[in-house]
Amino acid sequence: MTTWPILSVITFLPLVGALFIMVVRGDEEVTARNARWVALWTTLVTFVVSLLLLPGFDASAPGFQFVEKHPWLGDVAAYHMGVDGISLPLVLLTTFLMPFCILASWESVHKRVKEYMIAFLVLETFMVGTFCALDLVLFYFFFEAGLIPMFLIIGIWGGPRRIYASFKFFLYTLLGSVLMMLAIMAMYWTAGTTDIPTLMQFGFPSGMQTWLWLAFFASFAVKMPMWPVHTWLPDAHVEAPTAGSVILAGVLLKMGGYGFIRFSLPMFPDASHLFAPMVYTLSVVAIIYTSLVALVQEDIKKLIAYSSVAHMGFVTMGIFAMNEAGLQGAMFLMISHGFVSGALFLCVGVIYDRMHTREISAYGGLVNRMPKYAVALMIFTMANVGLPGTSGFVGEFLTMMAVFERNTWVAFFAATGVILSAAYALYLYRRVVFGTLDKDSLKGILDLNGRETAIMVPLILLTVVFGFWPAPILDMTSTAVNAVVARTDSVAQAVKTASLLFSF
Amino acid sequence: MYQAIVFLPLIGFLITGMFGRAIGARASEVVTTSFLFIACILSWIAFFNVAIGGHDVRVQLMQWIYVGDFKVDWALRIDTMTAIMLIVVTTVSSLVHLYSIGYMHDDPFRPRFFGYLSLFTFAMLMLVTADNLLQLFFGWEGVGLASYLLIGFYFQKPSANAAAMKAFVVNRVGDFGFLLGIFAIFVMTGAVSFETVFAQAPSLAGKTISFLGHNWDAPTVICILLFIGAMGKSAQFLLHTWLPDAMEGPTPVSALIHAATMVTAGVFMVARMSPIFELSPTALDLIMLVGATTSVFAATIALVQNDIKKVIAYSTCSQLGYMFVAMGTGAYSIGVFHLFTHACFKALLFLSAGSVITAMHHEQDMRNMGGLWKKIPFTYGAMMIGTLAITGFPFLAGYYSKDAIIEAAWASHGTFALYGWVMTVGAAALTSFYSWRLVFLTFHGKPHDHHHYDAAHESPLVMTIPLGVLAIGSVFAGAVFFNDFVGENVHHFFGHAIFMGAENHILHEMHNIPLWAKYMPTLMMALGFAVAYWFYVVDRSLPVRLAKSQDALYQFLLNKWYFDELYDFLFIRPSMWIGRVLWKQGDGRIIDGWGPNGVSARVLDVTGRVVRLQSGYLYHYAFVMLIGVAALITWFMFAGV
Repeated sequence: MTTWPILSVITFLPLVGALFIMVVRGDEEVTARNARWVALWTTLVTFVVSLLLLPGFDASAPGFQFVEKHPWLGDVAAYHMGVDGISLPLVLLTTFLMPFCILASWESVHKRVKEYMIAFLVLETFMVGTFCALDLVLFYFFFEAGLIPMFLIIGIWGGPRRIYASFKFFLYTLLGSVLMMLAIMAMYWTAGTTDIPTLMQFGFPSGMQTWLWLAFFASFAVKMPMWPVHTWLPDAHVEAPTAGSVILAGVLLKMGGYGFIRFSLPMFPDASHLFAPMVYTLSVVAIIYTSLVALVQEDIKKLIAYSSVAHMGFVTMGIFAMNEAGLQGAMFLMISHGFVSGALFLCVGVIYDRMHTREISAYGGLVNRMPKYAVALMIFTMANVGLPGTSGFVGEFLTMMAVFERNTWVAFFAATGVILSAAYALYLYRRVVFGTLDKDSLKGILDLNGRETAIMVPLILLTVVFGFWPAPILDMTSTAVNAVVARTDSVAQAVKTASLLFSF
Repeated sequence: MYQAIVFLPLIGFLITGMFGRAIGARASEVVTTSFLFIACILSWIAFFNVAIGGHDVRVQLMQWIYVGDFKVDWALRIDTMTAIMLIVVTTVSSLVHLYSIGYMHDDPFRPRFFGYLSLFTFAMLMLVTADNLLQLFFGWEGVGLASYLLIGFYFQKPSANAAAMKAFVVNRVGDFGFLLGIFAIFVMTGAVSFETVFAQAPSLAGKTISFLGHNWDAPTVICILLFIGAMGKSAQFLLHTWLPDAMEGPTPVSALIHAATMVTAGVFMVARMSPIFELSPTALDLIMLVGATTSVFAATIALVQNDIKKVIAYSTCSQLGYMFVAMGTGAYSIGVFHLFTHACFKALLFLSAGSVITAMHHEQDMRNMGGLWKKIPFTYGAMMIGTLAITGFPFLAGYYSKDAIIEAAWASHGTFALYGWVMTVGAAALTSFYSWRLVFLTFHGKPHDHHHYDAAHESPLVMTIPLGVLAIGSVFAGAVFFNDFVGENVHHFFGHAIFMGAENHILHEMHNIPLWAKYMPTLMMALGFAVAYWFYVVDRSLPVRLAKSQDALYQFLLNKWYFDELYDFLFIRPSMWIGRVLWKQGDGRIIDGWGPNGVSARVLDVTGRVVRLQSGYLYHYAFVMLIGVAALITWFMFAGV
């Protein structure tokens, strides 16, 4: 195990980069260029450092690793960091996606470049912190603080309706977080600590669990987002700049799923069992409802945003199946969706940068002039559809199989998502890429340039490699997921025994 | 060697996919085609080792998904079933590759075309060598993808794009059932690898599974769900609509994917899963019902189609129905036999049609053809052999396999046995009629388009060699292998690859068929020929008058029983409508209207007045708000302590 505080380094390195950018002076052109390069190098170095977690990480060991604990805020909270098999892949996903975001903004962001890059680096700190925090207060701080840079990214560098979108985003998430804060306070008063590993074993009284669960649910359900609190997502995506969408779909949405796995299941197992049917219902409604809505979208980003909501339906369904396949599948789907949806938004960004419109009807026949782009988009579309051999399949399959063991109705309705996702995704592809290229505005459109190719190739490789060889992620998450499953199972067992005792 | 068979096409695909533009069209053709021929030779060696020699093989490649009890490997399983499919797939595929060099020679996107063909072959080989249901599903979806790409190969044609998408989505409807079937199998047996599932299968008899709020007989649920998947892939009645549209793809594609290999995957899957299907007479009845219905239904549409490829497409659909009838009787080996012979003569028919289309400069409407036999005699001969084989002319391939199916239907004890027999016999007459109609319209009579007729010429050698090889297959495949698939040698030949229950004596009982019933199909073939000869050679005005007098029926058949219109009305429009309602009313009016818009509208009112929506100020506003919230929290926390 490493002796230096590697998690803190990963978390705060972007902040150091941000400080560097802040002190950059000079005329606008020079500042912008320096800011871009500093941001790129910072995110790349952060990614490399985060890779150093891999050799030190023991996937089969229980509990948290790379733990750092320092006093902070007196008795109430400590600065407690650590990762296990659930948070580590999400940390890596975050640090992996960041350089792509910086690259994607290379040419498309012109105004306030310095502030833009600072916002992204600060956001990275908060996101990594969220996944590493092992103290509720610390977690809450990172979780909520992440809102601010995202709010600014949409509100300042967004599209024409950015103010509306950013406020909608803010209102929704704020509502959830206020409730979560109350719950955190209640937990502290009951358990006397905000230490996450302790709380995971604490065992709150059943009645209290119900309320705490609901309060956390309000926050995580909005973040996921689950139906019916999903409507902020399409608007936020449409207005956000490309990189904002990538982070939003790639990482921020995963915080909801992470929260469910980290808090709801192990801390409130009784309530999780109690509310599982409700979550199933909301999940299948989300899958069918948003897939149908995606079918009729006229805006490319909105379509992908709705498809994200549908995929997150699979995630929540898998999490609350509360068995190994379900949780593993949900984790895998979150990681896979992280880079596949990120890649899809990057693909939209590529043509948006050229044409400055996201209307599907403004495109058509792109393959004639952009064959490389067509190939990349085809691969990501197929991953989105869940074709076996791409990473999208493994998670979807596992979550559906897991829920089939719990409730066949849920699996039945969720499986219709297989049909609907093919319909909306291929319908989009057909309208944008296939056909003859007869719109004058598209006649001069250029294929992927070197920078864009460099963005696409690693994402394509990941999509295909994890499709055929998902073991690296599955092995990483296995032990931690099993601990969660064991925790919920033991409670289920206890409930069963109790009811048996009562019946005697 | 087995790895080489499966992965050579993949390597070919990767080479042409990545370097196709650099190495050029000719090199792409040579690479993919020669790889396929090597794979083909190796497959025949494998066939002699495994099927004739009786040495089953399992090759472990790597682990795929290992989650708890759920363990799936990438592995190749080669038994007799697989070996048969290997030679079918690689032989037809290599011939089609060769043929395409001639057929596609003026297409600018040849590297892409040959890449896709090889990709398809790889996926199909993964499907047939699968060691578990999930890998089968991988191949299943992989061939679906390749089929999608190849149907939409002429991406500038809107009709081709629509057909490609339709094929994928309709197949996904089948996959929906297939997936649920895999889940059900895993829940009941705790595994998805064939070895374990088949070992567990006998214990499934009589067990129930809770599915959709009811306890059902487990094997029946599993089999029906799997069969829904097979219906999609093999274009059976109700899920058939994509196959005729798939003819938008280039003709070699139709021969390879939509005749010889991919569409037979459903049949292969049912035969492969025979240990479970044997447990459910109900499911077998359903298969018989659907198969028999499809065989007649598709044949009726084929009677009146004018596009040469559409006729053959519906013919394929109908013949797949025959194969499922065989499955429904429990005579799996006979269904596979028909799959095998059908691959020969249907690929031959399609490739001959392609040769006709080339000769006629991409004219596909048979009404504009006629009298071509003098111009393209070799193609005419090939088409003739194909037609004789499909109609069941004595001692050609189709005669052995098709008549065996009809006899098995007669001997079956299933609920729909009589229905199956009547339908397949009826379909035999229809098959003969439309097949001969095609020959007479195309090759006989007077030319209708003199311009094209005069320019017509025989295809180059790369196209006629595959025709010749397939013609030999269409003549001899039935007679040579009859004993292995239908006769005495079945159990020895198939070994454990096909399971037949202890009460399943269909292969013996079918010999007790009375003579009149035995010769019925042959009689029907003659009848179909006679009517077609009368209609299209003796008195060509007769069919026209008949169509006029029975206009409603004619339109009904010509428009394919109006299935496309029906589905458009039942599924596509409502989905779009519901989607729009959910979007505008559900998301827009209800959720947003009652939720954030009401609130945010107020917020915007206030802030609008204060900061006039300047983003710079908004930035401050957000910070103030957040800091306020943070201060509040801190106060709460510490005050609480």
